Amino acid sequence: MKIVALVKQTFDSEAKIALEGGKINRQGISLIMNPYDEYAVEEALKLKEKHGGEVTVVTVGPDEATEAVRQALAMGADQSILVNPGTEDIDEYTTAKILAKAVSGLEYDLIIGGFRAIDDGSAQVAGRVAEILNLPVVNMVTKLEVDGGKAIATSDIEGGSAVMEVPLPAVITAQKGLNEPRYPSMKGIMQAKKKPLKKIGLSDLGLDASQVAAKVKVLSYSLPPARAAGKIIPGEPAEAAAALAKALREEAKII
Amino acid sequence: MAKGILVFAEQRDGKIKKVTYELLSASKKIANQLGEEVSAVLVGKGVSALANGLGEYGADKVYVIENDALENYTTDAYTNVVADLVKQNEPTAFLLGCSITGRDLAAQVAQRLDTGLLTDCINVAVENGQIVFTRPIYAGKAIITATIPEARPVMATIRPNVLPVDEPQAGKSAEVINVSANVGSIRTTVKDVIRQVSARPELTEADVIVSGGRGMKGPENFKLLEDLADVLGAAVGASRAAVDAGWVPQSIQVGQTGKTVSPNLYLAAGISGAIQHLAGMSSSKIIVAVNKDAEANIFKSADYGVVGDLFEVLPVLTQEIKKLKA
Ligand SMILES: Cc1cc2nc3c(=O)[nH]c(=O)nc-3n(C[C@H](O)[C@H](O)[C@H](O)COP(=O)(O)OP(=O)(O)OC[C@H]3O[C@@H](n4cnc5c(N)ncnc54)[C@H](O)[C@@H]3O)c2cc1C
Ligand SMILES: Nc1ncnc2c1ncn2[C@@H]1O[C@H](COP(=O)(O)O)[C@@H](O)[C@H]1O
Repeated sequence: MKIVALVKQTFDSEAKIALEGGKINRQGISLIMNPYDEYAVEEALKLKEKHGGEVTVVTVGPDEATEAVRQALAMGADQSILVNPGTEDIDEYTTAKILAKAVSGLEYDLIIGGFRAIDDGSAQVAGRVAEILNLPVVNMVTKLEVDGGKAIATSDIEGGSAVMEVPLPAVITAQKGLNEPRYPSMKGIMQAKKKPLKKIGLSDLGLDASQVAAKVKVLSYSLPPARAAGKIIPGEPAEAAAALAKALREEAKII
Repeated sequence: MAKGILVFAEQRDGKIKKVTYELLSASKKIANQLGEEVSAVLVGKGVSALANGLGEYGADKVYVIENDALENYTTDAYTNVVADLVKQNEPTAFLLGCSITGRDLAAQVAQRLDTGLLTDCINVAVENGQIVFTRPIYAGKAIITATIPEARPVMATIRPNVLPVDEPQAGKSAEVINVSANVGSIRTTVKDVIRQVSARPELTEADVIVSGGRGMKGPENFKLLEDLADVLGAAVGASRAAVDAGWVPQSIQVGQTGKTVSPNLYLAAGISGAIQHLAGMSSSKIIVAVNKDAEANIFKSADYGVVGDLFEVLPVLTQEIKKLKA
């Protein structure tokens, strides 16, 4: 079984965000593999262990995203492609167009990504890739079984969950709960250094920048206004609880 | 020529979701400024009776797409019929709620129409003739404003519970247009649907949420929060620590890897206030924290805080609110 995992490198959620020159200052921010993509890679590896085959990791990002790719290789993925778009002026449309083009040059039975990127993510890139490649998609999957050319996926829906069956190839996005991602072993880290990591640019995919130009234009970046310091309600627990109920009623007028 | 603001009228089990009204109210404002009209698209099986009510909330026109195959949401069928409608009507903008369904559908339709999409927005306005959206990024640590200058329609999903709903205009009706649609081939088969039956409001739409964290110490103690939720008509949420401990289901996790919520009142009990938790609830209007550690980070974001043992505070709070409401 040939599986493609879509992996994005994101800001660490602990990172302190500051602005410089009206933009996010990227200096000194630690970068991680998008947590949802860890679930995606883990699931791909489990399927490979069960059915045989190979896992290819595809990333769109700057050269520094190599680190996230290496992590996926160290977890057990077989090979990887990093497409550097050569500009920071990209949106989900750009990313999806590039990913789809890169993936279309591979053999695959299943494409698996994260449901959402935790930085500026918007839960749309994987779905867009499915649309471009004319594949069915099941989002927010918490359980996956693959068998005889079809996938059976349990996914979150409004107010519950649903079990969906889709023919392969298909696109699946991972939701928290799908699995527990493994940590790369020492051996895995050593082996990853020898695994294929193909770094390419748009022209290698036969794309030029105008074909993937962003549709979205960011007008401004700002930091959220700090919440005004709140009130600590004094007193013993019972006393404070009563005073809180009163404040919510009379002051905040919310209950 | 692109014209008009189109809203996805999301319904479930024959009931319009509240975010639809929020979208209509917001659309009315931007449509007035642009001199355009507001329409809605209602999709499902046996949903046409819901169309007229949308007029009271600001829809000038409602497109109704009914088909047996549209009873359950499937990405394929909904994308096919909605994308076709958008292609035929060429609206300036197409807005959806940032629900599970809205998010899924928006990505597919945006790509099929070769346009941009801004998701999980918390505001929309007209500036210099352009529709400009505001959205938080990096777990709410930064805010951007953005637009889609050329591609049409401009597409966005809006976070539920953030934008106000205008008073409905009683008796105002919408022009209802039945659209016969081709659902196309549906590649996914829905084998089973498991509904969480709960008498409580849904987390993302609730006006009040009471959440518990590791400080709840065990699943049995969530009863304290449920009692409080009962008197407040609230939904119950949780931190990731409580979910990962297996005390409560993943579906009620609030935060960066859980649900994003914006209730009028969010009460956090035994939750320390990690940035990943705040990411999911910091757009709440009033935040209350109950924590025995006076240094807990949650107090920095809380409008009201009680420093104390939640096992003593919560039962009294429930009783006191019951008295006030009596
Ligand atoms: C990539 C990533 C994504 C994440 N996503 C999420 C997410 O979506 N949602 C989320 O919540 N977290 C998320 N986390 C985890 C987050 O970092 C915290 O670990 C988590 O929020 C902690 O949960 P907590 O506040 O319940 O537990 P703790 O941090 O352990 O806090 C428990 C609190 O309870 C208080 N307490 C204990 N006993 C009592 C008592 N008797 N009375 C009153 N107070 C008491 C303590 O003082 C303490 O402040 C994520 C982490 C990562 C790395
Ligand atoms: N730059 C990227 N490179 C590879 N995969 C990506 C990239 N951006 C997004 N994805 C995939 O699409 C998913 C959803 O991302 P997003 O739509 O940005 O929230 C991610 O979890 C990844 O699996």
